[in-house]
Amino acid sequence: MLLARVADSLYWVSRYLERAEHHARVLDVALDFGLGQPSDGGHRVLDRLHGVLGGQPGAEEDYEGALFDADDRNSVVACVVAARENARQVREEISSDMWEQVNALFLRVRQMQGESSRGARTHFVSKAVIDGIHLFHGITDSTMGRGEGWQYLQLGRFLERATITAALIDSFLTDPSDGAHGRAALDQSELSALLRACSALEAYCRHYTADIRAERVAEFLLLNHDFPRSIRFAARCVEGSLLSIGQHSGRKPGGRAERLAGRLHASLEYGQVDEILNDNPHAYLVGIERQCAQIHAAVSQTYLTYAIDAALSA
Amino acid sequence: MNGLAQAAAAQTAGATRPIGVPPGLFGQYELGRPFDEMFQPDGTVRPHCRPLLEELLAASLPQLRQTQVDADRAFLTQGITFTVYGDEQGTERIFPFDLLPRMITGREWDTLSRGLTQRLTAINLFLKDVYHEGRILSEGIVPRELVYSCRHYRREMRGVHVHRDIYVSVAGMDLVRLEDGRWVVLEDNLRVPSGVSYMLANREVTKRVFPGLFSRYNVRPISHYGQALLATLQTLAPPTSSDPTFVVLTPGVGNSAYFEHAFLAREMGVPLVEGRDLLVHDNVVYMRTTSGLRRVDVIYRRVDDDFLDPLAFRRDSYLGVAGLLNAYRAGNVSLANAIGTGVADDKALYAYIPEIIRFYLSEEPILPNVDTYLLSRPDDRRYVLEHLEELVVKAVGEAGGYGMLIGPHSTADERAHFRHLILADPRNFIAQPTLAFSRAGCFVGDGIEPRHVDLRPYVLFGEKVSIVPGGLSRVALRKGSLVVNSSQGGGSKDTWVLLD
Repeated sequence: MLLARVADSLYWVSRYLERAEHHARVLDVALDFGLGQPSDGGHRVLDRLHGVLGGQPGAEEDYEGALFDADDRNSVVACVVAARENARQVREEISSDMWEQVNALFLRVRQMQGESSRGARTHFVSKAVIDGIHLFHGITDSTMGRGEGWQYLQLGRFLERATITAALIDSFLTDPSDGAHGRAALDQSELSALLRACSALEAYCRHYTADIRAERVAEFLLLNHDFPRSIRFAARCVEGSLLSIGQHSGRKPGGRAERLAGRLHASLEYGQVDEILNDNPHAYLVGIERQCAQIHAAVSQTYLTYAIDAALSA
Repeated sequence: MNGLAQAAAAQTAGATRPIGVPPGLFGQYELGRPFDEMFQPDGTVRPHCRPLLEELLAASLPQLRQTQVDADRAFLTQGITFTVYGDEQGTERIFPFDLLPRMITGREWDTLSRGLTQRLTAINLFLKDVYHEGRILSEGIVPRELVYSCRHYRREMRGVHVHRDIYVSVAGMDLVRLEDGRWVVLEDNLRVPSGVSYMLANREVTKRVFPGLFSRYNVRPISHYGQALLATLQTLAPPTSSDPTFVVLTPGVGNSAYFEHAFLAREMGVPLVEGRDLLVHDNVVYMRTTSGLRRVDVIYRRVDDDFLDPLAFRRDSYLGVAGLLNAYRAGNVSLANAIGTGVADDKALYAYIPEIIRFYLSEEPILPNVDTYLLSRPDDRRYVLEHLEELVVKAVGEAGGYGMLIGPHSTADERAHFRHLILADPRNFIAQPTLAFSRAGCFVGDGIEPRHVDLRPYVLFGEKVSIVPGGLSRVALRKGSLVVNSSQGGGSKDTWVLLD
């Protein structure tokens, strides 16, 4: 038995943490490029990474804003605060250790925000955020029962991952300045930046060697079966969680959310990278984001904000 | 003066400093008129406090400071904080924590425990009587007018059957110790008493920062409070439900006691709900879960009567559940505490509790009251108005140390203001002598000094009365202050009830 409000908060705890982790990593990669790559390719990478963050390319202050701006809902700090605020509302549902880790992360980030050291700070804050979130997932793994609540944490985490990874790939792989929004020509540094922003460079190299090619990068990030940050992997987790959530709820199998997730997963399970890239990669990636949004809405309607009269007559 | 001469002087006038204790940490420790929890009037340490004193004498100031930092950090990382009202930033603070445990001997506790049991038993009988036949009113023991004019009297509860006649399931009675060592009850707190999570958290932290000391004492355990509370709620389950569902109802994350609500829900293993999670259909309460609506049988509610049901009480309440009162009256859900228990912790009614105990139980009260002047009585009023600078005046329906005048610490303007308030609405005020209640040693940053301390044990009324041995010891951390409320510079410390 799980309160609808609690399920919603659990879902958002992990969604916000996933977003914070992603943005922290993107910032770290962007900073690294900003320091060492005055080339054309370097600038394009920066533009794209900043595009993902919704900000303008440029000076140190922008990194500060993307990290700490409380008014920007997507800043790393805002995501951590939102995750903690949601966790605070479900303290009786998650383990004390999980709560203490989210709280410790929040206190750490607040403390770093208060310290006035500039320069290398972005890297260390990003690192602290990423480490803190990894620790949270580890604690969750070893202290929380695999019940319905856990499935909502999984759902939020992987649905967010699928969405933001699709947006990130889109910003690199396709070119908005081209009228048809076709494929962009990418150099090695851009491709490796994309891989690093997905924490995928090492895994890619183990799979394909250090020979980095656009088709392979796209295949790896979209369709790889084993890599936990590929969209296919995330879609599989989303579908699995939704099947379990459906069973827990005692509703008839095959509801809208399950069918949507199943369709997304199947399209990635059997997709071909050459078809995707040759057809219309932008439409394909935007389509993934749209399907994620549909799954979100279906979950909300089925399990969280259903009409009371429908529930009474059931 | 050397120790001997000090001891000799102490026999006549009482010592002004502890004896046999090097100044050091205790340099500023003064003994005075109030009862000292650690030292006897002759300046020697109380026998049951000797191991604590030895531990402290072996410690250095930097060590204690570090211990304080460690303890404060433990509260912060666990998120044991309260939200400061009226602060735009939503600042969260820890409730100031004093390192040194306060000791109560087993014998003393057993008396307290019997006294509290007696008191709550009589109060529950009184509440049933007041909301039904009203014998105590007919016989003129308690004035009818006093009950009906009480702000927390709920007419809606007249003739309503309360399951097992248990009105108050959880009470947090405030006790203080007077100069002569006697314990008296200061307030009964019968609505939604808070602070029990701090009692439990203080114990966890104190055990960790003083492990050696803790093992030298035989301290009665308190960690089973969650189970005891659940057992108390189980006795309230309507007989119709074979597998009752229990919930804790909180006003939400913005409430200053939110941590406690979440804590208790987890300790009991029951859902923590907000008003928006609940709904009433056909006089049955449901909660909205991911698998549809689920019936709720017992609500441990931490929401005041006023906000419980916008249809029955305050219409502007977003915290409650529309229709809850009717579901309750229909017997389809139990509430702990019942609606309308505040009539018995009205500060004017408090004066009648000893009579209430005699009336229902034919026993003498084990724990006395503080002398109380009711300002609705002309004689009392005349006396109080003439002696405002000596007395404490309290508004009858307030809690948290608000609406209070402490005569000896007041200015002429404040007294004039209260005189005006009293004359405008005498029923709304009571007065009591300013109590020099007992002081316990506290670590105040530069050393150890005595500070005034009270005790709030939590009394659970179910199948039988159960009191977890201990309570929240609240301390007035400002030097000389008599106000222990957290909103006004108060803190708390762990309370060790010893095995014997």
